[in-house]
Amino acid sequence: MLSDVNTLQWLYGSMFKSRYYEECMEKAYLEGKQPVFNMANGPVPGEMHLSNGQEPCAVGVCAHLNADDAVFATHRPHHIAIAKGVNLKAMTAEIFGKKSGLSGGRGGHMHLFDPTVNFACSGIIAEGMGPAAGVALARKLRNEPGIAVAFIGEGAANQGAFHETMNLAAVWKLPFVCIIEDNAWGISVSKTDATSVPRNDVRAASYGIPGEYIEGNDPLAIYDAAERAIKRARSGQGPSLIEIETYRLAGHFMGDTEAYRPEGEKDELFSKDPIPKFRKHLLESGTLDETGLKKIEEAMYKEVDDAFEFARSAAEPEPIEALEKVFA
Amino acid sequence: MSTVKRKLTIAKAISESISLEMEADENVFVMGEDIAKLGGVFGTTTGLLDKFGPERVRDTPISETAFIGAAVGAAAVGMRPIVELMFVDFFGVCMDAIYNLAAKNCYFSGGNQPIPMVLMTSVGGGYGDAGQHSQCLYGTFAHLPGMKVVIPSNAYDAKGLMHTAVVDNNPVIFMLHKNLQGMGWLGTEKKSIVDVPKEIYGVPFGKAAIVRKGKDITLVGLGVTVHMALDAANKLEKEGVDAEVIDLRSLVPLDRETIFNSVSKTGRLLVIDDDYISYGVTGEIISSVAEQDSSVFKTSPQRIAYPDIPIPFTRPMEQFALPNKDKIFNTAKEMMEGK
Repeated sequence: MLSDVNTLQWLYGSMFKSRYYEECMEKAYLEGKQPVFNMANGPVPGEMHLSNGQEPCAVGVCAHLNADDAVFATHRPHHIAIAKGVNLKAMTAEIFGKKSGLSGGRGGHMHLFDPTVNFACSGIIAEGMGPAAGVALARKLRNEPGIAVAFIGEGAANQGAFHETMNLAAVWKLPFVCIIEDNAWGISVSKTDATSVPRNDVRAASYGIPGEYIEGNDPLAIYDAAERAIKRARSGQGPSLIEIETYRLAGHFMGDTEAYRPEGEKDELFSKDPIPKFRKHLLESGTLDETGLKKIEEAMYKEVDDAFEFARSAAEPEPIEALEKVFA
Repeated sequence: MSTVKRKLTIAKAISESISLEMEADENVFVMGEDIAKLGGVFGTTTGLLDKFGPERVRDTPISETAFIGAAVGAAAVGMRPIVELMFVDFFGVCMDAIYNLAAKNCYFSGGNQPIPMVLMTSVGGGYGDAGQHSQCLYGTFAHLPGMKVVIPSNAYDAKGLMHTAVVDNNPVIFMLHKNLQGMGWLGTEKKSIVDVPKEIYGVPFGKAAIVRKGKDITLVGLGVTVHMALDAANKLEKEGVDAEVIDLRSLVPLDRETIFNSVSKTGRLLVIDDDYISYGVTGEIISSVAEQDSSVFKTSPQRIAYPDIPIPFTRPMEQFALPNKDKIFNTAKEMMEGK
């Protein structure tokens, strides 16, 4: 079990930052969209997929990664981007569509690219798999350090891109890890209605690689499993597959009424919210006291507030800039 | 450049070009189905495995989404993958990796993450392979933003365009016509087999070639239709018609200027394409001249392209649908006669 205080602080701080980020994003997103919800309105238009509840997956894995290691995230990318160390101001400005955003406002919330920390995401289900394997192949061909991690949702494990890439990564023994965030719902279709096996880790057997399923949305258990997989990747033994039980505390996207959820499911999930749970663990294990925790939380509030302030006050791009950057 | 020249097929010119690029830059590598031990179904990677080994010349599983996606990821971190996917008809299974990832990542990263990759494929029919192995789809790829699209008509251009493609920092769709490539199992248009220097050289994108100078009518083609146009031009000459023939060489970027200047001179434009007629290359060429100055036309511009049907198997039907030199000759004559 992890005992390093700095790492434990980082895990908590990063989860806390991510949650507070999404709370701020939710408020900003709803500006201009009331009383009648219209996705096109407000300072942040378009779809918005919040990551509340899924923070343990991001921190437990990214705690082991360096800037050389590449991460490909999904349409629900904020927690992973934050844990990977994406420039928070530029990311927020991007989501607000500003000139100083990561891509000058061309990508938005589902298309965040920060090459300085090798982070990218895509709005297409499972389509980060191939590019992640490609980075892993590049590292191998150049004999460079660095591995690649693809995050996908449990629904994406039924996509061709998932199966094709797992096989490719296994047959080429690539330094690659696939993390499946199992939040039990592909928008409104439950995992039990969509997936032929209760747990996707068993599918690892069909690629001849290790698979693990992590229960309980527990950052420490995820940290341990990710460590095993990432060590294996770094030492040239090939890819691994980890599926993590996690909770989607928000809707699929903002505006989702979630009528498909069984009654009481959300209440039960909120009672298992991983952030207060981990906070309690840190207090009870004597890792941090109330003052220490508050100090971390204050620092995170400030970092996120600064990022939102930066994004709100940033300049809009000129419309004509739309015509630039199609080609390098 | 040395004066040593040999006549090569397009396939040989391509494999030589890739070999030289791999020698020049260790970030260049090749992957695809049957490209290593077999040397490519069309012979475009022959000899590379022996020369560079299985790390840099990789046979892939039949998993186009995975390996084209992997090319995007490798390119994003500085490799220069050349990927082959045998037939353009197969791109349906992996289109997302092409038009949502390869073509958009540069834009969505604000230019911070260019994707320098070459996607090489074979196009065209006329040999009875039916509608899932005979399409061109030039217009489809040229229509979707973010990709350069290249179609050589001869071995000299093929080698030089491949150099330009490999050193370009963007995704390049490199389309090789099966009737031109020079495979052992299919006839080859002789005019595509030309002198090719041994060294590396570039042929720029976006510069059409005037392959035959003329003053009466402009025939615009690409890939195999350039040769059909040349054959028609020779026949027209006997009738006293002096046709200018333009080889587009690349669709993205498109050399609108050369086309316009030619039509300004001849006043007549006939575009020939073996891709589908509607919403395609022929309409784009004609409209690009018309919107610049429609007064250059002495007669209505015309086009000969594939009808809007899936490509049929049987010879009479397939040959009926394809462009050919007689169709070009007849249409050009009618245009000259003001019909």
